[in-house]
Amino acid sequence: MDLSFVFLVEVLYAVATLVVISAGLAVVFGMMKVINLAHGEFMMMGGYATITAVNLGVNVFVAMLVIAPLVVGLIGLVVERLVIRHLYGRLVDTMLATWGLSLFFVGMATMIFGNTTTGISTPIPGFAVGDYQINGYNFFIIVVAVALLVLLFAVLRGTRAGLIARGAMQRSDMAAALGYSPDRIYMATFFCGSALSGLAGAIVAPLVGLVPTSGINYIAKSFITVVAGGPSLIAGLVSSATSFGVVNQVFAFAVSPIMGDVALLVTAVILLRLMPQGITSRFFKGKL
Amino acid sequence: MSLNRRELLGGAAALTAASLLPRVAMAGDVIKLGSILDTSGPFDAYGKPMDQAMRLAVQEINAAGGLLGKQVEVTAYDTQSDMALYSQYGQQLTRQDKVDVVHGGILSASREAIRQTMRKTKTLYFYNVLYEGGVCDRNIFINGVTPAQQVEALVPYAMKKSGPKVYILAADYNYGQITSRWIQKFVAENGGEVVGNDFFPLDVSDFGSTIAKIQGVGPDLVIAPLVGGAHLSFFRQWAASGMKDKIALASTTLGVGNEQKVLTPEEGDGIMVAYNYSQQLDTPENKAFKTAWAAAYGSSDNIHETAVSTYQGVKTWAKAVEMAGSMDRDAIIAALESGISIDGPGGKITVDPKTHHAVLDVHLMEFENQEMKVIETLPQRQPIDTQAVCDLASNPNDNTQYEL
Repeated sequence: MDLSFVFLVEVLYAVATLVVISAGLAVVFGMMKVINLAHGEFMMMGGYATITAVNLGVNVFVAMLVIAPLVVGLIGLVVERLVIRHLYGRLVDTMLATWGLSLFFVGMATMIFGNTTTGISTPIPGFAVGDYQINGYNFFIIVVAVALLVLLFAVLRGTRAGLIARGAMQRSDMAAALGYSPDRIYMATFFCGSALSGLAGAIVAPLVGLVPTSGINYIAKSFITVVAGGPSLIAGLVSSATSFGVVNQVFAFAVSPIMGDVALLVTAVILLRLMPQGITSRFFKGKL
Repeated sequence: MSLNRRELLGGAAALTAASLLPRVAMAGDVIKLGSILDTSGPFDAYGKPMDQAMRLAVQEINAAGGLLGKQVEVTAYDTQSDMALYSQYGQQLTRQDKVDVVHGGILSASREAIRQTMRKTKTLYFYNVLYEGGVCDRNIFINGVTPAQQVEALVPYAMKKSGPKVYILAADYNYGQITSRWIQKFVAENGGEVVGNDFFPLDVSDFGSTIAKIQGVGPDLVIAPLVGGAHLSFFRQWAASGMKDKIALASTTLGVGNEQKVLTPEEGDGIMVAYNYSQQLDTPENKAFKTAWAAAYGSSDNIHETAVSTYQGVKTWAKAVEMAGSMDRDAIIAALESGISIDGPGGKITVDPKTHHAVLDVHLMEFENQEMKVIETLPQRQPIDTQAVCDLASNPNDNTQYEL
């Protein structure tokens, strides 16, 4: 009984982690069709922003939820103005450019912070469930993931800005004809996507030892989640994160964490073979 | 006796090479020390202080007049935590730079990448790192602690403090796998039982399911030969789940790269380890060493186990060169095999002639407030694991890494 609860929490935690680390990419790739290979490095910078702020005496939650997204969002803004905006609609070129950016960011982080492992400890203590101890921070990640999804949904569905953004993504020429500047909209969307990546990096930072090359650990998983999710932003994110999270944890528990990752990748290959356009091209069609 | 042309040419070439070799070695006015370490990348927490320790030892040797009246010159390569670069720079050090001795290598994989090159080119090689033991090769000298020295001391101590059921979490390459087998052996010998043994590639950083699995098994003690930055997450997540006060934790690697300073006191306190060195060792040699280090580099905070081993390795080599009175490799090996010892920051350290490993002090320690508090010192431990399989005195041509 206790073990099944622990298992459930670990599964939810795995799903939540996938949602959190993929949300920024889903916005940038899913909405704008920009393949941001520097997504992992955006996360890495979010982690460093958090650790630096905490070391300067800022409250850890403020650092994670406010400072890191803002800092990385602003970096994203600069990147968008200088590089990305010249490359909209050129898929392969953006890949090359953002890959170069990722190398640049790894180099910068190495210069500033050194190529050594840093980290902060988790701000939430563990607690007992029967005979088992659970990492209290897992619940925090689950809460953040849910809040993130609700917020995304509310903004895209409920606000005028969300409507404009969705419109511009589908037909930028029509949005322009109605008097909205696609240039501005893309800029704002990229800012939001970067901020979400920064948030993700900040939130996983207390769980890992951070090095400038940490981004690599997340990039593959987040891309797989977004690609397998398909055209719908939120439904896609939730459905693919759930399938991968469950598979990953079942195999991690039954065999080992390595087999968990292997099983995740095998599932991704099978899913994409059966549904090349992603899960939401067949199920939850037309959902947001 | 008949000779064909090919044999004659081969013999002549060998003779020429043999007559040239000592002349090349004698020709320089400096003694060349080659160093090959990861001073960047994920293993730089180990490598950077090792590089500093090597340079400090050389500085001290040169300030005291050098060796055999010559100054020692350092040729150092940064292998960037990339195993492929070891083979490349190993070749460069021996064939192009033609150094007199090589100190370096960190991971066991990197040592094996260059060991045969050193042997083939007859370049004396010092590997100054704690490792899984068993290397038997006349050309290499190793002064780090081996599992018998470390695990044999750590396992009974940790089991006495916790209980007989042990769970092992190890890095998935030769060090972790061989060390786990040693742990299993000593756990069994001390009347305990290994209830689980998991291996993790070096980039795994999510241990949530493992921690739950461990709780399901319910051991008294977890021993973790985990390696590198990603694996540090385990200790963090272990503490975050509140497991630290429930199940005792020991490690054979944590602290080697000064990880006790990266973990907070809440995460680290109470973790049991056993090494040759702790900054908290209260000996005149350690005090002098820390003062010299601080004078050279500003602060002595980053000194750690493998840095001290490197320092002791260079000093041992220097003493052997003085004793041999020449740079001839066989003369230096003979001097080392006479069982010379030095008093280093980690205590007295003696070359074991039979195995080319070291007889040294092992200190049982616990993490306390980001320091490694010395609980007990076990003086002059023999590398009995390697001694059981390796005897270079009777079999000098041995070139194997024995496994348990």
